[in-house]
Amino acid sequence: MIDQIRSLLEQHPMIPLNFGALADDANLYDAGLTSFASVQMMLALEEEFDIEFPETMLTRRTFSSLASIADAVSQLTRKAA
Amino acid sequence: MDAKTFDSKSLLDSLFENGILFESGVDGLYGRSGAFEEVIERFERLVTRLGAPDKATRIHFPPGMSRATLEKSGYMKSFPQLAGCVHSFMGGEREHAQLLGMMADGGDWTELQKATDLALTPAACYPLYPTVAARGPVPAQGLLFELSSYCFRHEPSKDPARMQLFRMREFVKIGTAEQVRSFRESWLKRGRAMIESLDLPCEVDLANDPFFGRGGKMMANNQRDQGLKFELLIPVTSLEKPTACLSFNYHQDHFGQTWGLKFADGEFCHSACVGFGLERVALALFRHHGPDAEVWPAAVRDVLWSV
Repeated sequence: MIDQIRSLLEQHPMIPLNFGALADDANLYDAGLTSFASVQMMLALEEEFDIEFPETMLTRRTFSSLASIADAVSQLTRKAA
Repeated sequence: MDAKTFDSKSLLDSLFENGILFESGVDGLYGRSGAFEEVIERFERLVTRLGAPDKATRIHFPPGMSRATLEKSGYMKSFPQLAGCVHSFMGGEREHAQLLGMMADGGDWTELQKATDLALTPAACYPLYPTVAARGPVPAQGLLFELSSYCFRHEPSKDPARMQLFRMREFVKIGTAEQVRSFRESWLKRGRAMIESLDLPCEVDLANDPFFGRGGKMMANNQRDQGLKFELLIPVTSLEKPTACLSFNYHQDHFGQTWGLKFADGEFCHSACVGFGLERVALALFRHHGPDAEVWPAAVRDVLWSV
């Protein structure tokens, strides 16, 4: 799951972060993720995994690392399955 | 404007009845009486006097700004629903005849207009950043500006405190993170003291901007988590949902990065602003002290009419 997310985000033209060089638990905001890029990330993840993040999950923390993103995505895909 | 009614429709009606605002046929677009304007002028002088020790550079912008500047600022990413671009007719005689025909038939003639280079200014500080960037590196002590502009936001409403065209006065500090944060702290104190000196009830609270869509919900949560925006709220049309009359915003280095605002050593500048919603403050004064400014409490008149 994390690798799928990493390669998805790496290919996104509007998220200029080097995801390949970031550890699973590295803080993405510290690595330069802007609020706007985090929104692009959220939209890309929803499309890729056919999910919709509920409002309670639209927080800074949810998108703070690849590991926490994977956590959120797997919660939502499990619910959908 | 009796003390018990606190809904927007009755306040708006009472402002019309008392000749303080004048209807235009469009919600959020009103004429202002001489008395209303005088209150705004007095309040602006008070703001300028409070900020005078900091020696800000004053710039007054018109209500329109460069559309290219608005685009580059990222405004359309966050607030596409509020923006307004100016369009004009640029056709020839044939198109003119077509336009008049469409207008006579009640059709949408505006499609014969094209976008001009102008957009309506959404906040007083948007035209400032490229102006500053063009002047070269920011000095180590930072820069301070006092701005005013008519602003536009497309949010038609019967709430007189939510106008589509309104004036905003702002102080903007451009400098290091520490400089702009202490600037904001000082205005949080000064702003509250100023409003209390006008005998208006107020509270300061953490806030967020009305970012567009679900992505906007996330931007808003980010903004709150990081404590980037505070508002000074005064009950104007509702006791439960008081109106934001002043706002205190820390932009981090967003505008520094966007406009290449840098110190001589190449480090990006941070920025912060304090904004005064002039019509909102005037409405709060009329709401709480009555329709006739001549008979407002002596203490309030002393503060406003001594400057």
